[in-house]
Amino acid sequence: MMRAYLDHAAATPVRREVLEAMLPYFSEFFGNPSAVYDLGAQAKEVLDEQRAKVARLIGAQPEEIVFTSSGAEANNLAVKGAALAHLKKGRHVVVSAVEHHSVLNAARYLEKFHDFEVTFLPVDRHGLVDPERLQKVINPATVLVSIIHASNEIGTIQPLADLAGRCRKQGIIFHTDAVATVGQASVNVQELGVDLLSLSGPALGGPKGIGALYFRKKLRLVPQIHGGIQENGRRAGTENVPGIVGLGRAAELAEAELTGKGAYLVGLREQLVGGVMEHIPYAIYTGHPELRLPGHASFCMEGIEGEALIFLLNRVGIYANTGSACASKALKVSPVLCAIGLTPDVAQGSIVFTFSRDNGIEDVQHVLEHLPQAVDRLRSFSPVWRKKMAAVSGG
Amino acid sequence: MKFLTDTECKADATADLVYRVCPMHLLEPGEMLADLERGQVLEVLTDYDGALEDIPAWCAKYGQEFIGIGEDEEEEDCYKLYIRKVQ
Repeated sequence: MMRAYLDHAAATPVRREVLEAMLPYFSEFFGNPSAVYDLGAQAKEVLDEQRAKVARLIGAQPEEIVFTSSGAEANNLAVKGAALAHLKKGRHVVVSAVEHHSVLNAARYLEKFHDFEVTFLPVDRHGLVDPERLQKVINPATVLVSIIHASNEIGTIQPLADLAGRCRKQGIIFHTDAVATVGQASVNVQELGVDLLSLSGPALGGPKGIGALYFRKKLRLVPQIHGGIQENGRRAGTENVPGIVGLGRAAELAEAELTGKGAYLVGLREQLVGGVMEHIPYAIYTGHPELRLPGHASFCMEGIEGEALIFLLNRVGIYANTGSACASKALKVSPVLCAIGLTPDVAQGSIVFTFSRDNGIEDVQHVLEHLPQAVDRLRSFSPVWRKKMAAVSGG
Repeated sequence: MKFLTDTECKADATADLVYRVCPMHLLEPGEMLADLERGQVLEVLTDYDGALEDIPAWCAKYGQEFIGIGEDEEEEDCYKLYIRKVQ
């Protein structure tokens, strides 16, 4: 059976070059980077090399990178760490309504345990934050604004430079969760003007269990994992040396391969979008049609549940997603889809395809061969669909 | 402990160690002093109470001059310690 893996936003296979780079650090070079003998010093040196590779990918300095265990941890360190380090300024943070749960819940933590006021900034029907609207909600007590670079659910890329620029003018720290964009599109912290940026290993062909946070030099952060002085006292815990080596190698490859990648992925995406919109009635293409991740196509199929569709597609070797991983498992309607104005009924039919360079046109054809009939089949026994059709035909 | 006036608090470099755990207040100043010229002054910002004892003791041990502690109303939640590089 043909297999089309189209869920690269959730996980990517670790690239062979990445795995090969990592392997010696599980056994031969296993030293603790904090140890003073040569095995430790070698590990410390390799950490610094990887820090430089990750920094180069995003236009940062090596000393501005903290390695974490994931993008979620990077988001926690950014939101909680920066807000708590600047309490003197105030207790107000702003996050968009289309953030990942690790940002939303970190903000809610500040609200619940540290008396912060949190503004959840609405988005338009494409998922875009309006810079003018941001301007209106920030005030002298605003410490931090966190806006996701691109949503992993609807693919929309935010106008970050504009948003971050407005915050900088008022001395407000600006964080972005760039897990979905780093490695997929050009990301440069200087051009974006952000103070904090989160990224994750598995999103760019690296291993799971590793992420990183960029922080602008001299920005204070309260550590969120307490203990020793690893990561220059900003994140305790013995460093995951193999994971960091994997992230460094993945960053190096991502940088080298970025040219042309976007156009290739856009080509696949547009073939899929065109086919879906032509062959499936009442399919809604979610997110912004142009300002979106190159390899990201997301839809809501009216009248069905995305979860059931995923199971049917799985049977024919198609791997896709429905909303964010946690929302999908709990069968809850995605807050992101609600934020762009979809009704819960429509939002239930969410399906997301995310491509990588490993995909080809045959994967798109495989989806277009099976998706319309899978949707038809589910609609044939859907009471929601029957009700909708009755309303359409005036019955 | 000598308290310094504003004019005595002129530094050539700053090590900001606020919220960074012990013993960062001893490690990073050591690295930064290595990059300074003799006679130049390093300012150490830290919220770690133990630094008030550790840094003068560290200076005595490594032959650097501990100048004193600065007062700053804006930075009331952290200490400002000044070290002059002697060697």
